[in-house]
Amino acid sequence: MTDAVIEARGVSKSFGTTRALEGVDLVVERGTVLGLLGPNGAGKTTLVRILTTLLAPDAGTARVAGHDVVREAPRVRAAIGLAGQFAAVDDLLTGRENLELVGLLYHLPKAERKRRAGEVLERLGLTDAGDRLARTYSGGMRRRLDLGASLVGRPSVLILDEPTTGLDPATRVDLWGFIEDLVASGMTLLLTTQYLEEADRLANRIVVIDHGRTIAEGTASELKDQLGGDLLEVTVADPAALDRAVELVAGLAHGSPTVDRVKRLVSAPATGKAAAVVAAASRFQAEGIDLEEISLRRPSLDDVFLALTGHGAEDVAAGSGERTASAGGAPARRARRAS
Amino acid sequence: MSAVGSLEHAVGAPGGQLPDAAESRGRFRLALADIGGVTRRNLLRTIRTPRLLVFSSIQPVMFVLLFRYVFAGAIHAPNGSYVDYLMPGIFVQTALFGGASTAVGLAADLQGGIIDRFRSLPMARSAVLAGRTVADLLRNIFVLVLMVVVGMLVGFRFHGGLGHDLASLGIVLLFGYAFSWLFATIGLLVRDPETAQIAGFLPLFPLVFASSAFVPVETMPGWLQAFANVQPVSVTVNAVRALASGAPAEHWVWQSLVWIAGFLVVFAVLAVRQYRRV
Ligand SMILES: Nc1ncnc2c1ncn2[C@@H]1O[C@H](COP(=O)(O)OP(=O)(O)OP(=O)(O)O)[C@@H](O)[C@H]1O
Ligand SMILES: [Mg+2]
Repeated sequence: MTDAVIEARGVSKSFGTTRALEGVDLVVERGTVLGLLGPNGAGKTTLVRILTTLLAPDAGTARVAGHDVVREAPRVRAAIGLAGQFAAVDDLLTGRENLELVGLLYHLPKAERKRRAGEVLERLGLTDAGDRLARTYSGGMRRRLDLGASLVGRPSVLILDEPTTGLDPATRVDLWGFIEDLVASGMTLLLTTQYLEEADRLANRIVVIDHGRTIAEGTASELKDQLGGDLLEVTVADPAALDRAVELVAGLAHGSPTVDRVKRLVSAPATGKAAAVVAAASRFQAEGIDLEEISLRRPSLDDVFLALTGHGAEDVAAGSGERTASAGGAPARRARRAS
Repeated sequence: MSAVGSLEHAVGAPGGQLPDAAESRGRFRLALADIGGVTRRNLLRTIRTPRLLVFSSIQPVMFVLLFRYVFAGAIHAPNGSYVDYLMPGIFVQTALFGGASTAVGLAADLQGGIIDRFRSLPMARSAVLAGRTVADLLRNIFVLVLMVVVGMLVGFRFHGGLGHDLASLGIVLLFGYAFSWLFATIGLLVRDPETAQIAGFLPLFPLVFASSAFVPVETMPGWLQAFANVQPVSVTVNAVRALASGAPAEHWVWQSLVWIAGFLVVFAVLAVRQYRRV
């Protein structure tokens, strides 16, 4: 028997003619982290709202912490902590007042809610700012306060909708460490994200949804294996040699190559590990084509995402003003992976 | 579902709350605590935006000055001084216009996502609306006291005896409170503060100006009198005026209380229903 803390079965939801979710299944086991991935409009927030009792599904059922999200909504609410996609903090209250209000609404005694507010501020590095109005907080501080508010009730299940969107890389890494601590302490976590690196690092299992349907599911490495092995990447020195390079790579790899003409980069799925690199290098040398770089790398989740949804996470993100910030971080991430 | 049914509560929460068999008395106590918490939050917001409070107080003061010194000469009060005729109308108008901030506040909370946070917590579902309307009632008390003082400064006097004078203010506050549930419904329907501001004022203009608040209804055309005589603002202003001037008031007070009860029941149900849907 599995120990499912979050369990959705055939969950569907439409808004007018928009079918936001069409029969999504999902299971999160106790003490694990599930990463919910999908491009903008995939239905992530809709699913989060259903699991946190904010929205009733049109069809299907969901249970969280052993309770049905529709029929036993109050019990679900007592067991979960939610940090929604947009920080829900009160600008005209101080950080501490925000947390104490949440404590009051969990019906904690006064001394206890003061203690927990102080504790949460401390853990999130907001102690110094705790008595300032949240209006004066930076975006990252608001986000942390919002996450803190979801922890005041000591929930056993935490549901975070894009917890690190809009944070700078250093703050994001801090928050990851914090989330890892929470999981180490036994919490069960569902998190949606646009950052595949985030899912790669935090999630035990990943569910990819698009247009309201589950399109892939598994561990990060299972998903990467779906792409069929490693990626052979060849960068030629002379742009004129690019077309010939594509032909050569096509002959060496077992999938059709993709070309980036600006970077003079040809890549294709390949098997054979280091031998493939050696074979490719000698073929290019035999043809007299100079290579700037040749490498074999494990596919990133970005590659998986691209293959599954037909567009990269960043392309999608770039469409929305809200998240263009993430596009800047992407090339650096690629470069690091490739090296 | 009914407003009472909405007092549902989480039980057996991890923080060591009530056990499963919590009786409704315990739940009611928790709901009151929730309402208290939300009310306090809304009052803190009011206090921390003093400019908003100041400007929303200046508006009724300008109305007093406008009617007292500009229009007074042209309006013949049925018996006695126009300022005694005017101020009960101003009190009711102030309470209603203040209620429009209920719509704005709720719409802003919806937009800001704070209502999602509240709805994901094991709190009484009625507390968000009740805490909002109670906070607005308390703010209305403040503004009403201010208007009484301003009224006194421009010559208004109570003549009903302490009991009736206080009862007249009580009716103003009750009427404003009943209307704030209409505004709550509007705020939840339009979901956007700017629209809520305008949508909230729309029903107020015909109700306040086609009433006995500022001019005797007899001066209006016949077809308008038919409306102006029976509508809730006229009835309530008449009740307040009668109480404050020491005239026989039962007839109007009774009618006003019926309107107040009707508004409370209808719009509390509608607001709670809309709140469940957002
Ligand atoms: N309240 C609503 N009314 C109408 N349509 C909605 C509503 N909420 C969501 N939708 C639609 O449902 C679909 C799924 O939206 P959802 O917010 O769940 O996507 P998402 O995966 O969270 O996207 P993002 O990454 O942009 O946050 C979208 O097409 C969206 O326009
Ligand atoms: Mg979303």
